[in-house]
Amino acid sequence: MEKVNSDITAFKIKLERIEEISELLEDQDLDLEQAIKLYEEGMILSQECLKSLQAAEVKITELKNSFNTL
Amino acid sequence: MQLPQYKTITRLTSEIKGTLEQGFKFETVIGEVSNFKPHYSGHWYFTLKDAGAQISCCMWAGNNKKVNFTPKDGSQIVVTGSITVYPPRGNYQLDITDMKNTGVGDLQVAFEFLKEKLGKEGLFETARKREIRTFPSKIGIVTSPTGAAFQDMISVANRRFPLVELILAPAKVQGEGAAMSIANGIAALNEFPDIDVIIIGRGGGSLEDLWAFNEEITARAVFNSRIPIISAVGHEVDFTISDFVADRRAATPTAAMELVTPDKMKVASALNDFMNNFGAAVSANLSGKKDSVLRFINSPVVKTPVNIIKMNSQKLDLAAMRLDNIMNTNLKDLKNRVNSAILHLKSNDHNRILKKGFVFVTQNDKFIKSSQELRIKDQFQLNFFDGKILIEGNNGKSK
Repeated sequence: MEKVNSDITAFKIKLERIEEISELLEDQDLDLEQAIKLYEEGMILSQECLKSLQAAEVKITELKNSFNTL
Repeated sequence: MQLPQYKTITRLTSEIKGTLEQGFKFETVIGEVSNFKPHYSGHWYFTLKDAGAQISCCMWAGNNKKVNFTPKDGSQIVVTGSITVYPPRGNYQLDITDMKNTGVGDLQVAFEFLKEKLGKEGLFETARKREIRTFPSKIGIVTSPTGAAFQDMISVANRRFPLVELILAPAKVQGEGAAMSIANGIAALNEFPDIDVIIIGRGGGSLEDLWAFNEEITARAVFNSRIPIISAVGHEVDFTISDFVADRRAATPTAAMELVTPDKMKVASALNDFMNNFGAAVSANLSGKKDSVLRFINSPVVKTPVNIIKMNSQKLDLAAMRLDNIMNTNLKDLKNRVNSAILHLKSNDHNRILKKGFVFVTQNDKFIKSSQELRIKDQFQLNFFDGKILIEGNNGKSK
């Protein structure tokens, strides 16, 4: 099975880049080659985000119970 | 004769009734229940007493159905009521309109007291309430690790935003030491630099069960938290002091988790929108480029230069040919000039010697440098500075 990166930090970085790409692509003066490169990058990142969203499972960290007063 | 002054019993009782009923309205008293008798009609009859006195009480069905407990003999209660006198029997009783358990009563008093105190101190100020980020990386939770509330929050997080990380500070949420435990949990989570929000809470219960969330120590810990806090205690109707201090109140732990997590489906559909937009943007870009290329190709500006290039390329060819000719001619010329110069040099060189009276001999255009080389039988040439003499060899003739 394909390994899915479910790290929230990576997810957020990708999401930011996706938003950035979306803005860049709005510029119709953009060089076509550049546009296609950005398109590919955006599609790959979006697919990765979708996959990690579907495959992720909540991480649970339990702190030591050191602060109970009993 | 003066008639003795007297009142009838009825008159006296009527006056007593007037005095007592006017004088003892809405009295709140504390006492111990005894001889409790719920009547089949719904009315309650009992006696309230303490060490020194007792009083008959009744609470009509219409009033007692608002009471959420049934008093038992021996239990301490606080009641509010008015004195009524029943003339046929000559007795009086307390007609009760409100009833509370003293336990609850004490807690209620404590609750109101603390609420007022902290309110005056500004702990509930809406101005200090922070915004809750709804796209968190890490959510801190202070609750019982074994409680249903925690399991509920995990399943909501998994359903809505499974990328999130939950950090549980396990705490006692009721009983002795619970408030300190909750306060410590909040402090422990504040050690993390990257927790976005903290949920403190537990499932519903009696006022006693929820009491830890009404204690000052909890309230101050919530107030002092660097990280925004959502207070999620009990079900819907229960309000606690920590609800008032927290940046946000949620009716239940489940609702709190829903409040701080984005819906996975919405995130996914946003991503799909992005992908559609990418495609649309590139298509628009491409067709924009296509149009401008077509316009460019079809413009006279473009068509004319093609012809110019064709014409100029012919000119260029001709020019090249001419250049070639010129170069060739010049080269030939140059070669000739070099050759004659060489010849000139050669002749000038030896002529100077010859003029001094020397002669050199050549045979078949070769210099003869020694007597051995000369074939005397063949023709040879004597070269003077001013001319040459051909000598016929003595071939065939004896000498």
